[in-house]
Amino acid sequence: MSFGQLPYDLAHLLGGAVLLLSFVLLYQRRIAAVINAFATQGALLALAAAWQGYVQGAAGLYVTAAIAFGAKAVLIPFALHRLVRRFNLQRGVDPALGIGVSMIAGVALAGFAMLVVLPATAGQRALAREDLALALSVVLLGGLMMITRRNLISQVIGLLSLENGLILAAVGVAGMPLVMELSTAALVLMLAVIAGVFALQMGESFQSLDTESLDTHRGEGE
Amino acid sequence: MMPLPWAMVFFPWVGALVLLALPKLRVAAAVNIGCAAISFVLALALFTLPHGEQGWTRIDALNLPFVLLASFVALTTAIFSAATLAAEGFDHWRIRAYHGAFQVFLGAQYLALLSDNLGVLWVAIEIATLASVLMVAVHRTPAAMEAAWKFFMLCGFGIALALFGTILLYSAAQALLDAESGLSWVALRRVAARCDADTLNLAFVFLLVGYGTKAGLVPLHSWLPDAHAEGPIAISAVLSGLLLNAAMLAVLRAKAIVGAHPDTLAVGPFLMALGLASVLLASLALWRRRDARRFFGWSSIEHMGIAAFAFGIGGPAANLAGLLHMIGHSLVKSAIFFGIGRAAQQKGSQKLADISGLIASDPWLGWGLALAIGAIAGLPPFLLFASEYAVLNAAIVAQPWLAVALALGLVLAMTALIHTLQALCFGAPTPDVAPSGSALAVLVPLWLHLAVALLLGLAMPSIFSSFLKAAAGMIG
Repeated sequence: MSFGQLPYDLAHLLGGAVLLLSFVLLYQRRIAAVINAFATQGALLALAAAWQGYVQGAAGLYVTAAIAFGAKAVLIPFALHRLVRRFNLQRGVDPALGIGVSMIAGVALAGFAMLVVLPATAGQRALAREDLALALSVVLLGGLMMITRRNLISQVIGLLSLENGLILAAVGVAGMPLVMELSTAALVLMLAVIAGVFALQMGESFQSLDTESLDTHRGEGE
Repeated sequence: MMPLPWAMVFFPWVGALVLLALPKLRVAAAVNIGCAAISFVLALALFTLPHGEQGWTRIDALNLPFVLLASFVALTTAIFSAATLAAEGFDHWRIRAYHGAFQVFLGAQYLALLSDNLGVLWVAIEIATLASVLMVAVHRTPAAMEAAWKFFMLCGFGIALALFGTILLYSAAQALLDAESGLSWVALRRVAARCDADTLNLAFVFLLVGYGTKAGLVPLHSWLPDAHAEGPIAISAVLSGLLLNAAMLAVLRAKAIVGAHPDTLAVGPFLMALGLASVLLASLALWRRRDARRFFGWSSIEHMGIAAFAFGIGGPAANLAGLLHMIGHSLVKSAIFFGIGRAAQQKGSQKLADISGLIASDPWLGWGLALAIGAIAGLPPFLLFASEYAVLNAAIVAQPWLAVALALGLVLAMTALIHTLQALCFGAPTPDVAPSGSALAVLVPLWLHLAVALLLGLAMPSIFSSFLKAAAGMIG
């Protein structure tokens, strides 16, 4: 399977689209837009998983796809939108690093991922290699978002989008045991629930979802 | 009939379900102790089984001593927790959540230690993280929320990297594995020599940074002191005594797989670099701490660094020293947290400046804590002296220049610890503000831990040392 064949091309396209959405997440200025971009990424991830299920003939991947769609494209974005409305957070996301700088950092990280993964996996099938490279880019961009955003919900979405990258990696490796995908998906849901509880409680104690308000409690409190 | 290792994992989780339904503090604390005691008996029973796999679990010389250690520390911590929890002023929801999370955490620890499947191992560490985040946040003060948030975010990131490493490992071995063996550690190790070396290298880097985060290694260590400073103090004891060990063993399992391939990068220098950086940073940071629990949290970073350095040197002698160091650290550090917990309740503060002269005000506590801090500083005759000496010896043979740096870190940390020891235990006593609860339930675990650390340091039972020697050979 290589370039020019439908299974490869479509898988590559979907993986690339997931990565593209990671970049979209980086330059959104409003929280609602960040959540919508994340939901789109979740839906694309579900499509990528389902396509891999079809190509590999692995029925289990359809379950993964369904879980990804249900949790990441529907439930979590819905819950986050409600959270934003409830606490009246319709304002900017206030990145700690400028949009331009974070885009450049994002491009650098994606390039880094390609340079690291492609030579290191030279022995494997082309699709698996490129899938891993794309997935690592998504993981790193998720990490970048966690670092460069001060807003709590943006940080949570950074973590969730990072987990999207993991699922993308897992579905791309043919024959990956299903147990793991299921548990990954379930745990992501739990992570979000707990993070949501956190966010809620912080909303009560600080009247703000800005992690800067937590900084005074850091370390020795000097 | 369920295999015994599975029972070891599921029993605490059943206990957690029962504890979630118990609103009364005294009843819940007693049931918690009972569950921990039965787990301890189960752990002893594991020693009678032949080594090998039972589906997704595996018992071998590497994990058995750590399962026994974990269940022992869990039991003494449950006793300590029962005696000190009344002062936390929990409502019934928090009593349920705290005890439930405690047992979920323990079950996840046993699962992480016993699992043969790397996917299951990852899930176990993740569950342990979630349970401990809940316990750290249980007070819901701003400082607790900040600590829990940092813990959650950094460990979430670390653990995601570990999963990526696991996926890479599988992708390297996938063509050589049959469908059933999946992510089995034994199967991966068997085929590792025929895998692609570059992919294994890449996988190891992710696994090291990922699980290294949970083991408190620099550079992703900063959750550790904060998490140790918040929540009921029993949590600090199990975080340092259990969680760090489970994460370090995960790194060692990864090292054993990658090391089985002749052409992979030498993984030792990675471990040595992270270990040495942890020791040096911690030895400086210890001088600036004002909060007692944060201080000893930093000391945990130092000790995990020493163990990582030992495993980085590799070879039977250094590996044995590293394993002994992890065991000694767990025993002594949890004893310290028991003592600090009681002292902080008496003085109504966990600031170092507010705790002084413990030997004058409460001799059994004061001397116990003094001995424990001396032991963690590496003074003879406790186990940590023997293991630190062995690590330094191995370092001098293998890497003389790095041994100098390591010795510098050890001496700096030791002087910081002795300095704190003098301030806490000697000098003029600060006034007690609150009556403390039952003395026996704190002092018996503290002195028991010290006695075990002393026994292992002077005369290790031969069955235990033969286990550890076999384990040291396994990780290469």
